[in-house]
Amino acid sequence: MMEVMQRGEGEPMTIVHAVFSERLLVAIKGELDLKVAGELRKTLDQLIDRYPDRDVTLDLSEVPFVDSSGLGVILGRYKRLSAAGRALQLTGVRPPVRAVLDLAGISQLLSVQDYVPKSPVR
Amino acid sequence: MINRMILRFLSVADNVGLARVAVAQLAAPIGFSLSDLEEIKVAVSEAVSNAIIHGYQGRADGWVEVVASVVDDELTVSVEDWGVGIADIAKAREPAYSTDPERMGLGFVFMESFMHSLVVESAPGRGTRVEMRRKAHVGALSRDVQ
Ligand SMILES: Nc1ncnc2c1ncn2[C@@H]1O[C@H](COP(=O)(O)OP(=O)(O)O)[C@@H](O)[C@H]1O
Ligand SMILES: [Mg+2]
Repeated sequence: MMEVMQRGEGEPMTIVHAVFSERLLVAIKGELDLKVAGELRKTLDQLIDRYPDRDVTLDLSEVPFVDSSGLGVILGRYKRLSAAGRALQLTGVRPPVRAVLDLAGISQLLSVQDYVPKSPVR
Repeated sequence: MINRMILRFLSVADNVGLARVAVAQLAAPIGFSLSDLEEIKVAVSEAVSNAIIHGYQGRADGWVEVVASVVDDELTVSVEDWGVGIADIAKAREPAYSTDPERMGLGFVFMESFMHSLVVESAPGRGTRVEMRRKAHVGALSRDVQ
C-alpha cells in the first residue's frame, strides 16, 4: 500500500524562534489545522509583540499540511504585521502547502519561497 | 476495486487529522498520486472542520460521520453533522463568505477545487451533509478554467 502518512503527521506542533537584528525567524513543525490553530495564533502573536519592529520569516520546512484554519492564522498575522509596516515572509514551503497558498491567492500577497532539499553532505 | 468505510466521531478538533488520514489511506490504492492524496486530505479537513466549528459551534458533544467509498477509480466522501445547519447554501458556498469574522471563507472553495464535485445538503436546525467525489487517472485538475 502507498505510504500516505507524511513526515510530522500526527505529531504535536512545535515552534522555535531565532532573533536577528532586523528579523524574527520562526520555525514551525507539524500540521497546521483546526487542532493547533488557536495555539499557533497565540504563540505567533506573543513573539510578534515581544520583538517589535522586526520583519518576520516563517520557516515551514517541517510543515507537511496546511488547511484553511492554518492558513487563516498565517493571513491574520500578515494583516497585523503589515498594519504595523512589518513584512511577513514564508520559506521552506512544501508542494502541498504551496497548492493551498496559491489557491487562496496568498502567494501574490507576500513573499513565498519553496522548500529546497538540502544537498547531501559529502 | 470496491471498499467502503464509515467513521463516526465526536466533534473535537483532534479528530480532523484522523478523518483526513483515514480517507487518504482508503483512497490510496485506486491510483491517486501523492499530491492528489494531499489535496483530498485538505478537502476532508475542511468539511470535518466545518462540522465542528460551524455545525456544532465548537461544542464537543456532537457526532460527525464520515462515509468514504472507492468504486473502480472513484472516491466518494460524505461528511455529515446534526448541528445548526445552513440557511442559505448558495451564499455559504461563495468564496470569501464566512459567518465567522476570524475565518477566511475558503473551505468550500478548497473542497470544490480539490475534488471533482461537491454537493451540499442542509436544513437549519437539522444539520449538514456534504458529498464530494474525485476520480483517479483524470490528470491534473484545471483550476483556472472554472
Ligand atoms: N457544517 C456546517 N454547519 C453549519 N454551517 C456551515 C457548515 N459548513 C459551512 N457552514 C457555513 O458556511 C460558511 C462558509 O464555510 P467555509 O467556506 O468553510 O468558510 P469558513 O469555515 O472559513 O467560514 C461558514 O462560515 C458557515 O456559516
Ligand atoms: Mg470552513
